[in-house]
Amino acid sequence: MSRTTIRIWYLIHKWSSLIPTAFLLMLCVSGLPLIFHDEIDAAMGFDTEKSLSGVASSEGGLPLDTMLDRALAERPGEVPLFMAFSQDSPLLTVTTGPAPDAASGDMHLQFLDRVTGEALGPAPVNPLLDFLLQLHTDMFLGLPGMLFLGVMGISFIVALISGTVLYAPFMRRLRFGTLRTRRSLRVKRLDRHNFLGIVTLVWALVVGATGAINAFADPLTDAWRNGEIAEMTAAYASSQPLAPADYGSIDKAMAAAQDALPGRNPQFIGFPGGSWSSGHHYAIFFQGDRPVTEHLLTPALVDAATGELTDARTMPAINQALMMSKPLHFGDYGGLPLKILWALLTLATISVLWTGIFLWLRRRGGEIDRRVDEIALGARKEMRA
Amino acid sequence: MSHRTRHRQSTAAVFRWPIAIGVASFAGLVLGLTGDGARDLLAWILVGIAPTVIFAALARRTSR
Repeated sequence: MSRTTIRIWYLIHKWSSLIPTAFLLMLCVSGLPLIFHDEIDAAMGFDTEKSLSGVASSEGGLPLDTMLDRALAERPGEVPLFMAFSQDSPLLTVTTGPAPDAASGDMHLQFLDRVTGEALGPAPVNPLLDFLLQLHTDMFLGLPGMLFLGVMGISFIVALISGTVLYAPFMRRLRFGTLRTRRSLRVKRLDRHNFLGIVTLVWALVVGATGAINAFADPLTDAWRNGEIAEMTAAYASSQPLAPADYGSIDKAMAAAQDALPGRNPQFIGFPGGSWSSGHHYAIFFQGDRPVTEHLLTPALVDAATGELTDARTMPAINQALMMSKPLHFGDYGGLPLKILWALLTLATISVLWTGIFLWLRRRGGEIDRRVDEIALGARKEMRA
Repeated sequence: MSHRTRHRQSTAAVFRWPIAIGVASFAGLVLGLTGDGARDLLAWILVGIAPTVIFAALARRTSR
């Protein structure tokens, strides 16, 4: 690799990592406890699900119409927005709001037990995890914050790729795993940065890329609703949105949807007029019927007035990628051991970011040629720094 | 054992171990997604290679 090539990649690596580095450190630090959200919720007494027993709400229990009536009775004057099912317990979550297109800040979530029909009150919010999740997702800035962090994620991927390119000339004369400790502090940091960076590379690429995809979740969902949902419900395009008073039976709609997609469990229902449905339909989202497809949702659109199926289609590839990217980003799909590995890899990534910052802060001379020397010569010469 | 290699290494030689670790990590991440039980166990082992290599290198470093 010529010195000019190294110089270009060095500059790409420098800027693509310097710009997002503070945000990446924030994402690592706030993400670390979020990996263990289930365990933290349990320890802090927020695990409503554990106290309920009986058939899972996605499989059976009292009629859904009965459950919705109970939920609406708790929130007079509000309209239903979402109904979400549990695959493990009778827990049913009903989201209501002032209007069918209510903003997320105006939504109200409540828990119900589908076996006993009991309303369990507002869904408890763990203030600690809620704060960390908001910080991690959008820094309390809503959609602009999400998109900004998405761009930082893309920059992180550029930094990972350019760092890998620079790894080759640097390691020409060094064994894999070299961590020199008896040279200068700079050599020690450089070795650690390169070693931890290359070992965690694939994991960091996966978590970075899936995080960036997640950051664009809202525009991707909007595009799906305006594209495929509009196409599936083209026959309704000219009619007014259905008024909440005219919503028909959810149980009838569910039966029609399950006829079209047999053997699958529902994950949630998007009510008419919200961001996950058309103005006229219950959009019932089913999980795949095999472990491989469990994270992929297929919506069945059912006319909310008549309870008849309009269409059921798998989502476009980009939205499927979004759904698969959630577990791959959260690391919560393989039990506690996988979460612990996720945490260790996050700590390693923090170390890469930290040593990277210091390599930049404590650089000598400011001459770019010295940086290029450092990479091009690797261990060939005893580094002077 | 010296840190330095006797000869200049080819790009393939430089990336031999990183690629092996990367392939194992990726296989583990995907395998964990596709099922529970034995697949999860295999996912832990494969994803666990990277942290193990890090611990091994750090331990070797402090022992001399």
